[in-house]
Parts: sequence; structure tokens; C-alpha cells
Amino acid sequence: MSILINKDTKIIVQGLTGKTGTFHTEQALAYHGTQMVAGTHPKKGGQNWSSADGQILPLFSTVAEAKDRTGANASVIYVPPAGAAAAIEESIDAEIELITCITEGVPVLDMVQVKEKLDKSNSRLIGPNCPGLMTPDECKIGIMPPSIFRKGSVGVLSRSGTLTYEAVYQTSMAGLGQSSAVGIGGDPVKGTEFIDVLEMFLADGKTESIIMIGEIGGSAEEDAAQFLVDEAKKGRAKPMVGFIAGLTSPPGRTMGHAGAVISGGKGGADEKIDALEAAGVRVSPSPAQLGVTLVDLLNG
Amino acid sequence: MNIHEHQAKKILKEFGAPIAAGVAITNLDEAESTIATLPGPVWVVKSQIHAGGRGKGRFKELGDDAKGGVRVSFSADEALANAKEMFGKTLVTKQTGPNGKTVNQLYVEAGADIERELYLSLLVDRETSKTSFVVSTEGGMDIEAVAHETPDLIHSVSITASAGCTESDANKLADALILTGTARESGITLFKTLYEAFVSKDMSLLEINPLIVTKSNEVQVLDAKVSFDDNSLFRHPDIMELRDETEEDEKEVEASKYDLAYIALDGEIGCMVNGAGLAMATMDIIKLYGAEPANFLDVGGSATTERVTAAFKIITADPNVKGILVNIFGGIMRCDVIAEGVVQAAKDINLEVPLVVRLEGTKVDEGKAIINGSGLNVIAANDLDDAAQKIVTAVKG
Repeated sequence: MSILINKDTKIIVQGLTGKTGTFHTEQALAYHGTQMVAGTHPKKGGQNWSSADGQILPLFSTVAEAKDRTGANASVIYVPPAGAAAAIEESIDAEIELITCITEGVPVLDMVQVKEKLDKSNSRLIGPNCPGLMTPDECKIGIMPPSIFRKGSVGVLSRSGTLTYEAVYQTSMAGLGQSSAVGIGGDPVKGTEFIDVLEMFLADGKTESIIMIGEIGGSAEEDAAQFLVDEAKKGRAKPMVGFIAGLTSPPGRTMGHAGAVISGGKGGADEKIDALEAAGVRVSPSPAQLGVTLVDLLNG
Repeated sequence: MNIHEHQAKKILKEFGAPIAAGVAITNLDEAESTIATLPGPVWVVKSQIHAGGRGKGRFKELGDDAKGGVRVSFSADEALANAKEMFGKTLVTKQTGPNGKTVNQLYVEAGADIERELYLSLLVDRETSKTSFVVSTEGGMDIEAVAHETPDLIHSVSITASAGCTESDANKLADALILTGTARESGITLFKTLYEAFVSKDMSLLEINPLIVTKSNEVQVLDAKVSFDDNSLFRHPDIMELRDETEEDEKEVEASKYDLAYIALDGEIGCMVNGAGLAMATMDIIKLYGAEPANFLDVGGSATTERVTAAFKIITADPNVKGILVNIFGGIMRCDVIAEGVVQAAKDINLEVPLVVRLEGTKVDEGKAIINGSGLNVIAANDLDDAAQKIVTAVKG
């Protein structure tokens, strides 16, 4: 088992014909035969895309047509920021089950509109501004470096791309490996929150422990801590290590005054660490000790 | 991106918000003629800096007895004298930090007859993923203190994007602010106007503190603070022209030319990292081992050798930097590209401080080979812990 994606996931690429889309689609095709099945381009429907080593994917004008013709259930978006929200909405309209938006720099008010539409749909969005997700040896969506992964038992989730890589690398080095890894993205308005992924990892039989990496801003980590407390009362819990980035970040550089009013004292690293520790998560003070901290925890 | 009060008011005026007559002064020679365009009888001279708390702020160059950064004047001569005293001086407020900010612009506004002072802001609330109004009857004060001491006096109203600010939303706001009669009517119009301005200009924060009710029972925007979503500036060239680089750290302005996310800090160890999360974590681990980071720097996922070279030069331009830590976990970013940039920059600037490099991920072997073959005096590190300990030891001994 795994979460969200596996060897049967069929993926459409929005923005396949660009440099970034091409590079990462080649990487995905080379990763245990991840099923990249089509690309979309409004003016290139009917043409083909080919990778450097000669693999061919059909191009369609719309996501809906690509889905109809290939049976795809997922999409990944490598479209520049100005068109990213429209690309997500196109996938929602086509009733794609899992939409992953890699694009960094999407206007926040565009995401406010997307989120309203998403909430009324059955689609799940990962991102934007995220590295995507991986199920080792089965499926790669996004831009994570495949060489650091190893099939195993740790569920990894993070708001930060490069810190996801740290957690993956360290759990691979420790011999634990990963069930799945999910980068939910660093933007304030996003499709999937920690709680959504934690629920999946708790339910997944293959996931035996979890590493969650948060950072300053908002209160998603506090919400996650409360969720873990509530689930533990129902007898649902797995060993878990956490890390919060930003203990030394200067206040006020990313959050406006009124934002601080809304969060009512939430948002700083200390509060997040306290909340997670109170929920039974072992929080590592060092981003370099995620793997060894988890090994310690598992060895009791 | 932040703008000045007078720029914010000009934008809001264009949308039809009620704002008093006012004029900006950017050159003291024009001050007298500019002030003369306002009829009086009251002129308010306001320092224009990108920080709040101006009224209670103090000027570094003036004595403790001198007045603050916002001054009410009862004649044109008094207004001119105040303008001359404030212009070019350094204003220190609760939000500027001890160094303060130089007042390069002033705004002179007609005085208002204030009956009540209210608070209103608009922002994107990440909890609800919606645009929200935050309002309070306790305006004109530090709103964070109000929220802390009397949270029940803070009200928020979330707006559904597809519907916009509805009659019902506006009425809720008017109720929360206890607006009646003509003030209620003008308030309801104003709330819709502000929402329209917020959305169509891609603001990230619009704060009016205070929003006033005048003695003739009309609402009026007395102060305005506006920030824009940096990710949306590409579709607002008119807003980009309002950027005042004199308000920003020189190194941060330079970094922005190369699309580098850089924030200057006070420590001694310069950092160059890829990814915002890893960049923050690198700062944290430096602190964990007993030193302080000199900066936050995310070179991003698509850095070229030129951008890496620029990043290196910006870091080393800070005289407090006693050592540099390069920490790269290549995903999109290739380690060989970083390595080439580091080698090029170190040679260009004749680097004299210790340099620790940790590379991992995509093209790591190629990257390490470039560093090793460069002849540079680089301390190689195996992982993040090792890297942090090595740079702290190199700097602190």
C-alpha cells in the first residue's frame, strides 16, 4: 500500500511542451515506468511529444479530452504562474481525482478562487508551490530527486521541498525507507493540508511511522497536533518525528499585522513545537537529525 | 511589496473611497507652494516611511522634547516649519527597529473632525482560504494589543470570492462597527469599494487605522497601509512603479534584481541555500551550534551560474560576514551548477573568509569534483550537521 499514488496512477501533464515539463516528464518515465499518459496544449492537440530517448506521448487540446482518451486519473501542472490557476480549474472541471500543481509564484487571490471551486468538487489538489509526491519504486509526480528514495515504511510530509528531501534521504540512509512522500507546498492558500495527509498515513497499512516537517506562519501545525490528539483518543497513532523550520526567522517579514490578529498568537515556531510535542510527536531540534531521531524513537 | 500612505490613498481615491484632500512633498523647495494648495484651517504633516507607529515615533536628530512623525499644524507657516524640521531626519518607531528610517517624503493633509476612531483591514486569511475583513471599534491604537487584551472587540467577516462583498457582508461590518444613519450608508458603500480595490489590485493587506466617523457622521479613511502580493505584480505594472527602493535594504534590492530571495540579518555566518524551508533550517542549525546567521538566502530551483555568482557577491558584501556556508540539496537545482557559480564567485571576489560547502542530490559527484578541482580552500561537509559544526568552528575557533 501507499497513499495517493501507486503503479496504476495514470497522469496527464499540463505544460508538457515547456522545458520544465519536458525534463520532469522524462525523469518520471524513467522512474519505474511511471504512467505518464498524455500532455495538453491548447494549440497542439493531435500532435505528439517525444522525450530525448524517443518515448512518445499524445498531446490533446484539453484535459477533458485527454482524460476521456487515456483513462487518466491524475494531472500534474508545470504551467507558468499567470496560467496556473486556470490550469488547475481545467483539471477540476474535467473531474481529475488528483491534481498536483508544481508552479511557484501563483497569485494568492487566484488560489482563493481556485479553493472555492475545489471545495465544491471531488478533486484533490496538492500544492501549488510544491515538489509533488512519490511512492518509491511505483510512481513519481513532480520534481523530487528519485535517487534518494528507498521503498520502506516511513510516511513523509512537508511544507518545504528541500526539507522533504532531507527527511527522505535521512530515512533512506537509516535503512527505513518511505511508504510515500508528499510535499504539500509552501503557499498560504493550498489544496491539501497536513491533516488530510496525516489521515491517509494513519489509515495506510504500509506506513509504520511518520515524519512531518512544518515551518513558521499560519497554524496548520497546531491544527495537525490537535488532529493527532483527537485520533490518539480513538486509538489511532503511529510513531512520529517532527521538525519546524524558522526558529531564527525575524518576525514581521512575511506576515502583516492583521494576519497576526487573525492567528491570535499562533504562527511562531515555539508554539508549533510545543503543540506537536504535547501531541506526542518527537520534535528534532536539528534538521540533520530527522532520521536518527526516528530510529531512536522506534527502538524505544 | 509595500507602498507609502500617500500612494495608497491615491489608489483608494481612484476607487471612490472618502479621503481628505492631501498633497505629497518629495522636495523641500516645493513645500511652501504645495502646502499653499490646501486651504486649512488645519494641516496634518505626516512622515512617509514604510512602518507604523509614526505618530508616537521620535526623530534621532531632534531632542526628546521634539514632536513625533505626524504633526497637526494650525497655520500654513506652522505646517511649513514642521515639514522643514522632519524632512530628511531619521524616524524611529516601534516598527522600524533602533536604526529608524529616513523621512524622504512627507504628506500634508487637511485636518479632520474626528468623532470616533475605528479599525478596518482586509487580508487573505489562510485558515479559511478566503479574503476577510477584520474590524474593531477600537481604532487608532495598536491593534495587536487590542486583539491580545480584548479579543471580543475584534470581528472578522469572510468574503466568498464568487459573490464578492455582498449587502449582507457590508451590513455585518456596519453592525460590528456600530455605524448608524449617514455613516452607515457611507460605510456600506466604502466596504464594497475597499473590497473591489483589494481584489482588483491584488493587495495582500489593506489596513485602515483609523477609519474615522466625522462629526458630521460620515466615514473617512484617515490612514492607509497597503501591501501587494509579490506574486501578482507581473499583472500590475502601475503598482510596480510605486516601489521605493530607498525603503529597502540595499543588499535586498540588489538580490531582487537577480530573483534571489534574500533577507539581511545581524549574524556572522553568510548562508546560500536552495529552497526556503532548507534556508530557514540552515539558519536554525547555525544558531543551534552557537553562532548567528547573517542572512536568509534561497537561490531557488532554477539558478544559473550567474545568479549563484551574484548571490555570493551579495553575501560577502556584508562586512559582518566572517564565514560562508553553502548548503544545497539538489532537486531541480543541479549541484554542478552551484559548484561552478561558487568557484567563479570565489575567484572574482578573492574570497578571504572560510567557506564550507555541503552538496547533496542531483549531480552531486560532478559538483564535488568541480569544487575539489578548483584549487580553492573549501571545507567539504558530508551532511547538514557536519556543515554547520564546521562553519561555526571555523568562525568561532
